[in-house]
Amino acid sequence: MDAVTLLTVVVLAVFVGFEVISKVTSKLHTPLMSGANAIHGIILVGAIIVAGQTNDPWLLAVAIAAVVLATANMVGGFVVTDRMLEMFRGKKPAAKTGEDAK
Amino acid sequence: MSLLAPEWTALLYLLAAVCFILALKGLSSPKHARRGNLIGSLGALVAVVTVFFSIKLENIPLILAAIAVGSAIAVPIARKVKMTQMPQLVGGFNGVGGGAAALVAVLELGHNDDLWVRIAIVFTMLVGAVSFSGSAVTVLKLQELITTRPILFPGLPVVMSVAVLAAVGAAVMTVIDGSWVWPVALLVLGLLVGIFLVLPVGGADVPIVISLLNAFTGIAVGASGIVLGNVLLLVAGTLVGASGTILTMAMAAAMGRGVTGIMFGAFKGGSTAGSTTQSDRPVRSSSAEDVAVQLGYAQNVVIVPGYGLAVAQGQHTIAELATALEARGVHVVFGIHPVAGRMPGHMNVLLAEANVPYESLKELDEINPEFKNTDVVLVVGANDVVNPAAKSTPGSPIYGMPILEVGDANQIVFLKRSMRPGFAGIENEILFDPKTELLFGDAKESLSKVLSAVKAL
Repeated sequence: MDAVTLLTVVVLAVFVGFEVISKVTSKLHTPLMSGANAIHGIILVGAIIVAGQTNDPWLLAVAIAAVVLATANMVGGFVVTDRMLEMFRGKKPAAKTGEDAK
Repeated sequence: MSLLAPEWTALLYLLAAVCFILALKGLSSPKHARRGNLIGSLGALVAVVTVFFSIKLENIPLILAAIAVGSAIAVPIARKVKMTQMPQLVGGFNGVGGGAAALVAVLELGHNDDLWVRIAIVFTMLVGAVSFSGSAVTVLKLQELITTRPILFPGLPVVMSVAVLAAVGAAVMTVIDGSWVWPVALLVLGLLVGIFLVLPVGGADVPIVISLLNAFTGIAVGASGIVLGNVLLLVAGTLVGASGTILTMAMAAAMGRGVTGIMFGAFKGGSTAGSTTQSDRPVRSSSAEDVAVQLGYAQNVVIVPGYGLAVAQGQHTIAELATALEARGVHVVFGIHPVAGRMPGHMNVLLAEANVPYESLKELDEINPEFKNTDVVLVVGANDVVNPAAKSTPGSPIYGMPILEVGDANQIVFLKRSMRPGFAGIENEILFDPKTELLFGDAKESLSKVLSAVKAL
């Protein structure tokens, strides 16, 4: 792909990033960080590509290490973000207030 | 195995990129956030499956085994980590991502002669290495395996400058020369720069560093997209880089300081060093029973939690106290400063863990006008974020930082361990205000005492 097309993609992605993030509520800044973290784990795709295109044992070892690290980043990131977001619950339905005293 | 046409690959990658954008967009409200994250993870799955069918790959069993190993390491950690340890975990995952980007870039060095691609490669290596070692030091600081105080030694700025210049030199040589010495030197220097970058940062500024390093990894991943000619990596990395940058700037604004001031403040003997001298001016101290009476017979109570609450693991006790007060008809909300805790939004996660509904968590702008109508403010383990010196004392290190204006409330109760000043090392005038009472002790113990006293009312 030529340089100008790539630059176009980058610039548009920067603006989308700024737009989307500025709407994130500050309550969710921690899940935002871990979610963004999980997204850059997509370097896994790059790691798979390099690991699949080398036969030199040393280079392959490095590439496999990259696959392990990237997987940990991506999978761990999504799991922990889900765990956090699960905890953010709204108020329970008002109908139950009478039973609060048990 | 037949391969997908390039058009299909590109479309599937586009789908994944859209999923990532939706994942971030979902975070604009707690209601849809979890679904958004799920969409994001599906996008990642689509992308990873696509790559296996898009180009001819060797070593597939080995790659699948590596993915299994990576998941087997990360999932149990992600499941079990305590919410107070979230900053370490996010820092750690961020570091390994940066490391992976650097390694991918190194491997591409052998078969790329294009000048621009080689520049993208050395850029990815350098930024990825900085992110890896910087995150490692951050994790050590947060786990308190090394001191949370800024680590400074004479000549650090000189060492830092030499390391940066040498790294740039090694990067230039890597681009123009084929020897393996240069890339190795570049990686080592990058790791050193990361270490020197984070060592002088004090514990209170760690949220900014985590956010900044997150942006670094994003940028490194984006650059690796140029290296591999992969638009998905480019878009996803750029998105994260942009989000990390904007979050870093928001955090810095919430502290009333510039990003450079935070990263390099300690080099100049700046504000984070602070003093720890105690004041001997008189304050009003109170008992748990008195505090319970004040809270129990109030109409509106605002609780302001700070890092002290997290340290004492008191989030469940404080949630119980809020429930007990609400059962008595008291209206209770939490006022949360954006930089309270050790990472952006940390307090919200801790309170959500303790089942505090998110409607009760109020941001700075929402809560400040409410203090006028508040009977009692309960400040637990926070100090600098309520210090009026940020508004009134131009010479103060925290001057300009937006604060929670607890002084507008009728009464203020501080739960504090001691009279030691907060992280910024500045005395807090509001502690000596006639409206203020202090209850000394560990946050969790004090809260339990107040809780049982409220229940006994």
